[in-house]
Amino acid sequence: MSKLYSGAEIVFKCLEDQDVECIFGYPGGAVLPIYDELKNHESIKHILVRHEQGAGHAAEGYARSSGKPGIVLVTSGPGATNAVTALTDAYMDSIPLVCISGQVPTHLIGTDAFQECDTTGITRPCTKHNWLVKDIKDLSKIIHKAFEVATTGRPGPVLVDIPKDIQFQKTKYVNSIKRKKLNGKIHNKFNQGEIDQLVKLMVNSSRPILYTGGGVINSGPKASELLRELVSLTGFPITSTLQGLGSYPGDDNQFLGMLGMHGTYEANNAMHDCDLMINIGARFDDRITGKIDEFSPKSKKVHIDIDPSSINKNVKVDLPIVGDVSEVMLSVIKTLKKKNPNFASSNKEKTSKWWEKISKWRSVNSLNFINSDQTIKPQHAIQRLYELTKDKDTYITTEVGQHQMWAAQHYKFNKPNRWMTSGGLGTMGYGLPAAVGVQIAHPDKLVVDIAGEASVLMTIQEMSTAVQYNLPIKIFILNNEYMGMVRQWQELLHEKNYSESYTAALPDFVKLAEAYGCVGIRAKTPDELDEKIKEMINVNKPVIFDCLVDKEENCFPMIPSGKPHNQMLLGPNDQKENKITGKGKTLV
Amino acid sequence: MSKPKSAYSIPGKKQKSDTHIIVVWVDNEAGVLARVVGLFSGRGYNIESLAVAKVDQKLNISRITIVTTGTPQVIEQIKLQLGKLVPVHKVADFMRGDKKIIFKEMALLKIVGNNIKRNKAIKFCKKFNPVVLDKTNKSLVIQITALRREIDTIMNDLKKTGLVSVSRTGAVAMTRGAEIFK
Repeated sequence: MSKLYSGAEIVFKCLEDQDVECIFGYPGGAVLPIYDELKNHESIKHILVRHEQGAGHAAEGYARSSGKPGIVLVTSGPGATNAVTALTDAYMDSIPLVCISGQVPTHLIGTDAFQECDTTGITRPCTKHNWLVKDIKDLSKIIHKAFEVATTGRPGPVLVDIPKDIQFQKTKYVNSIKRKKLNGKIHNKFNQGEIDQLVKLMVNSSRPILYTGGGVINSGPKASELLRELVSLTGFPITSTLQGLGSYPGDDNQFLGMLGMHGTYEANNAMHDCDLMINIGARFDDRITGKIDEFSPKSKKVHIDIDPSSINKNVKVDLPIVGDVSEVMLSVIKTLKKKNPNFASSNKEKTSKWWEKISKWRSVNSLNFINSDQTIKPQHAIQRLYELTKDKDTYITTEVGQHQMWAAQHYKFNKPNRWMTSGGLGTMGYGLPAAVGVQIAHPDKLVVDIAGEASVLMTIQEMSTAVQYNLPIKIFILNNEYMGMVRQWQELLHEKNYSESYTAALPDFVKLAEAYGCVGIRAKTPDELDEKIKEMINVNKPVIFDCLVDKEENCFPMIPSGKPHNQMLLGPNDQKENKITGKGKTLV
Repeated sequence: MSKPKSAYSIPGKKQKSDTHIIVVWVDNEAGVLARVVGLFSGRGYNIESLAVAKVDQKLNISRITIVTTGTPQVIEQIKLQLGKLVPVHKVADFMRGDKKIIFKEMALLKIVGNNIKRNKAIKFCKKFNPVVLDKTNKSLVIQITALRREIDTIMNDLKKTGLVSVSRTGAVAMTRGAEIFK
């Protein structure tokens, strides 16, 4: 007769069989049996966070930087509701998370018991699927299924809600991992006809562009390699969404930079004027398209995505190809090589005018800014950080706001999985816990959270986690005392009514760092910036870096809302008409 | 034109909306209806009527029939989003005017009134297979099966004959001939 295991034991047996190495969590009444079992499973490391939202974001950082699912363990009621923001964030950015939550015992469900909430009801719209385990016999099957759902197809978060009595009950353990990678919800059903059609479009195009997104990262490192091969094979220009950065080298000549609301002039104009747009693993998000009716009016659009519901959701496309982007790109490359072995050279002539046009747009140098020797310009700070860390295989996370956009514009990524940012949901407070997760996955790598002083205060308590586990994460705060992006919108669109966007009572970040038991560094002038950054990199402890930057710098270029791609606002060098000249500009 | 003071783009052109009948086969498990209905409310789709019941005892499958309106793009999204739900097996979609499909809705109508009114009510319902389920010397309960629009019309007609209460099932659908939904 096979051995009987308790629900809590089964949870760990499942995690072990899924090769889980670490979980991010916070104990509480309804998960105590699981926490009691933790000591018997040495291969699984538990990271105690300071808030369940932090557990979720840390698991996201872990998942995005490692390609493995992130595991979250929280208690019932507030434990689960605190995790909702992180689950929604993971859902929007397609990050595989498995969240295990405790629940009150089955006989108390529905009685408004202490720390009871309708967890599966609350998390239904922000997970790919969730389960309330009502029978111990279903537990192992459900957990393995949860891993399968989270990691296959378009990845995303799942939640398994386990009542406390189920954690105590005993049953046999069945290892039901499906080794088969395909299930009914994966749609890898493109055919050669579609690939041929795409190749034909590519051959006939004189103004092509590749527009790539997070799908390339999610498809694994192979996808990035294939993308590089495809780009060099075709000679096409390539632009990337915020989430796709790193899948193609940011310093390559064929790369036009990020596109979208704060994308480069050349990327957005190329998107607008192209005759063939090949979307690989991106989703025509509203931050990308601008005004939908005037989005890239003259182009044939091809959309390659694993999620059929992404296709034709926002933008009608001419050729949809549903499949894993790696496999589609592989087919395209094979077909192209077979049918048009000299494509790159024959195409060079055809697209030469297009490249000329692109160089003209490039010469506008839209990421330019007026540097200062008095105050640190935030863009300059990121550029210096990049120059001083680019040889180190650095992992960057961010919070949300101006600093995030500046990081995306000025930090050049060469490898996938090095860039962790909350794009879809735009969660302030994402970067610090995400950095914790990244450092757990990559203990010997340099992990920097490029932060804003407002965002970072939302999850600053996770510094305590970083100190507890000796995670030398660097919190690089671009401190302008404002919620910068809010301030920018108020300046440009709300007649400079800076309603509630200034934080009047900020903590002293250096002292705060010391209070947490880590190192605080402050940079006030451009002269001392490099030295201080080097100091930060060389400290083998968590660091809060308080970089005092220009308080009123705006993030340009920018497509204002309701405008198409070819009507961008450029920086202060080129916006006499658009710029609202402010008296306070010289301040600081 | 004044500047839109929004971080979001202004809405684009609206396409024409059509009525569709969406049929969904799902695992009959706890919360599955909430998942389907939540998807509709969460993404701002309409539900005009909804009919759901278990249709396969052995496989534990329920069949949900939803009448909805939307632009072709929205209808396409509804189908694809439903298809992504884990307990959903298949999704079928029909235009209201589709000749190959039978749509029916059942209604129970309570009439309170004198003999003349009651007889008149039965006469009104004649076209829609009326079955008198309950009868007193003051009242009638009539069961009819018809299209949604027909029931809408007849409810109007019956107001004059003392219609006091209506209960409707929501539309269900089936293909004509030997074919079945794929």
